Amino acid sequence: MIVSGNGFAKNDGKPTSTCFKSFFSFLITFILMFLTWIVLSGKFDPLLLWLGGISSFFVAYYFYDLLFPVMESGYGKVFFRFISYMPWLIWEIIKANFHLLYLTFHPRMKELIDPHIITFKTNLKSDIAITTLANSITLTPGTITVTADNDGVFRVHAIDRESADALPGTMLKKVAKVFGEEI
Amino acid sequence: MDILVILFLVTGLFFFLGGAIGIIRMPDFYSRLHPAGKLDTLGIFAMVTGLSIYNLHHFSFEALLLSAKMFLIVFFVFLSSPTATHSIVDAGMRAGLRHWTKKKRKG
Repeated sequence: MIVSGNGFAKNDGKPTSTCFKSFFSFLITFILMFLTWIVLSGKFDPLLLWLGGISSFFVAYYFYDLLFPVMESGYGKVFFRFISYMPWLIWEIIKANFHLLYLTFHPRMKELIDPHIITFKTNLKSDIAITTLANSITLTPGTITVTADNDGVFRVHAIDRESADALPGTMLKKVAKVFGEEI
Repeated sequence: MDILVILFLVTGLFFFLGGAIGIIRMPDFYSRLHPAGKLDTLGIFAMVTGLSIYNLHHFSFEALLLSAKMFLIVFFVFLSSPTATHSIVDAGMRAGLRHWTKKKRKG
């Protein structure tokens, strides 16, 4: 647990904030690791449970800031907004998959498709928001992220006009809303 | 129940078939990656859903754990497939390969 003097000085109203946050991310990592252990082993001998507990404790102790880095705004909000973003994303994936399937089986495919690269700039700041947007774009068929850099500039390879036109709109708004950033 | 399983499996197979045909039919390197990277993710999602429902036929705790393990596969494929596709495209871009564009019709 990292309890730095800086953390205490910064938020003078709530002195336990930094310590509490890192402990919270340690706890979530521990629970996640232990659940994964139980699912993968499927046995409930006391010895095996102890071994799993000890190893997930060590993993969580050393790597808690990898999986859930300590963020400024509340964890819970971002997490639940991310969960509520998932069904929309899955629905988009399914819709777009059928579109790509239609393109694939179309007899005159080469007249329908029109591959080109589009570039657009967003105002996303944090790494995790940029990563989420890039991976969402790649998961939605018809578009692949070519490059995404720290300034929020995306280059996207789109397979036809229809997928390209839909692009920087709704998905960007949703991702920005999830991570509480301005568009 | 069996009908649902068959429906999921056939949907998955259809997506995999579309992915394989798409790889052959698409005109260039970048557009080939579209069906290769994406139709497979939905295909594996449908097939694993069907298989895990079939696995829950004789309901027990063990079967539930096995289905959870199957969904872990889907989770990791959903994480790794876009990353792999992105890095292949990036490699193509760095090597300087130009992408196929539609030629203008002579009228």
